[in-house]
Amino acid sequence: MSVLELHGVHKLFGDNHVLKGVDLDVDEHEVVVVIGASGSGKSTLMRTINLIERVDDGRILLSGDDITDPAVDVDKVRARIGVVFQHFNLFPHMRVIDNVTLAARKVHGTPADVARDRAVGLLEKFGLGEKVEDYPDRLSGGQQQRVAIVRAILTDPELLLLDEITSALDPMLVGEVLDLVRDLKAQGSTMLMATHEMSFARSVADRIVFMHGGRPLEVGTPEQIFGDPQHPETREFLARITHR
Amino acid sequence: MTDRAADAAGAADATEAWEPSALELERRLTRKRASRRSVLIALVSTVAFAAIAGWLVLSSPGWADVQQAFFNPEVAKDSFPKILEGLWLNIRVLFFATIAVAVVATLLAVMRSLRGPVWFPLRALATGYTDLFRGLPVLIVLYLVGFGIPALNPENRISVAVLGTIGITLCYSAYVAEVLRAGMEAVHPSQRIAARSLGLSHAKTLRLVVIPQALRKVVPALMNDFVSMQKDVGLISVLGAVDAVRAAQIATASTYNFTPYVVAGLLFVAMSFPMIRLTDHVSARMAKREQIGGTV
Repeated sequence: MSVLELHGVHKLFGDNHVLKGVDLDVDEHEVVVVIGASGSGKSTLMRTINLIERVDDGRILLSGDDITDPAVDVDKVRARIGVVFQHFNLFPHMRVIDNVTLAARKVHGTPADVARDRAVGLLEKFGLGEKVEDYPDRLSGGQQQRVAIVRAILTDPELLLLDEITSALDPMLVGEVLDLVRDLKAQGSTMLMATHEMSFARSVADRIVFMHGGRPLEVGTPEQIFGDPQHPETREFLARITHR
Repeated sequence: MTDRAADAAGAADATEAWEPSALELERRLTRKRASRRSVLIALVSTVAFAAIAGWLVLSSPGWADVQQAFFNPEVAKDSFPKILEGLWLNIRVLFFATIAVAVVATLLAVMRSLRGPVWFPLRALATGYTDLFRGLPVLIVLYLVGFGIPALNPENRISVAVLGTIGITLCYSAYVAEVLRAGMEAVHPSQRIAARSLGLSHAKTLRLVVIPQALRKVVPALMNDFVSMQKDVGLISVLGAVDAVRAAQIATASTYNFTPYVVAGLLFVAMSFPMIRLTDHVSARMAKREQIGGTV
């Protein structure tokens, strides 16, 4: 069954028609990577799925539940989705362990010691065992982003949204974050991610979605999209981004 | 699956004119119904609350006397012109005090932000000033200025309205200076670095880069101080200036009725109301701009 389904999703900001009828689905354990130029609607797409932006038309289903129904409890939906942001957005006044276990303790009602054990386990696994008691400002960008990913996955979300998670990082630090995402894929996480890292997209994606003009213009396996793109817009985008 | 059909139709002609699908129209209707219900609930609860509060007051044993002493329409009508005349004095004091506060407070804030050992006396002076005048009750400052300064030079009498303006300015400059300083410190250091790298002097950096951004950050706090000052100009009545409060006091003394105070109070509220609403509006707009959209 699909974890995520979008049917004809529209989003307008005033006169600016950002999403023009997006259809998309993400299956369980699937990694779907969204590529496209800035302004093609990648981030807006992510934000509508997390209900940060209300859609102006169409439907979004999370494991079969219509989350665009006005009667739906927004907080409950968001608790089922993990999100990692471009700028990490860790809470600077909390230690790493408190950042990571916040949702488990305060939203899901997990006992503090259970959440802590699980958090420490994950942090150690991803090479952050030394940083458990540190505040975020003591961490490098790559470490902060890895903590942010652990924060997002600690409560076992049905879907993980990763919005250009390496765009704010020093090139030297991109690798450690992408390795973590590869680990998550190996564990079977369901992910939808927007990125400009084409080589990474190619290696990690089960499917690539090329957004253009507010719609998925071309969808296919990495081999199809990178090896034999069908649309001239796709070819042009790939040519521009790979010959920088 | 009519919804699916509608979705597909919506996607097909999306580049041309986009029409909301039946699903979306249904959703909008649901939201409208929900918001109409919220308004109805708010209305009912407000009416019920007002009814209970009104009943409690009107049924209290002393209400007839209270109404006579505080809400007497005859007395209100008779005292109104004098009180309004008094309020005009408050408005003039407010006008000049606002200008003076803006100038003095900016100077104080800049003085406190000066770096380097040469400026220590100025910095200490500004710090001492803000410490002193934020601690002193406005009433005591008004007494000291209003009765102290004339005693220095008994020949030339300065009008009490001017002395009152000075007293209010002294107090409020200290508060506003601190607000401005907090705003200047909230401007990110990289902005100063960028300005200095362009060759701008410390003074020009402050004037052209730091203060404009600082002002934007502290506008709601400044407007709040202004609202507070709007009512505190009523305190100059203690010096004998015939402002709205003093006029109400005089009317009360001659009628043995407290209604003039209520009239003066309502006039002060009416005077500050536009500013209060404007402050809310500006704060809301700034919050909206900083949130970059989204319904969080």
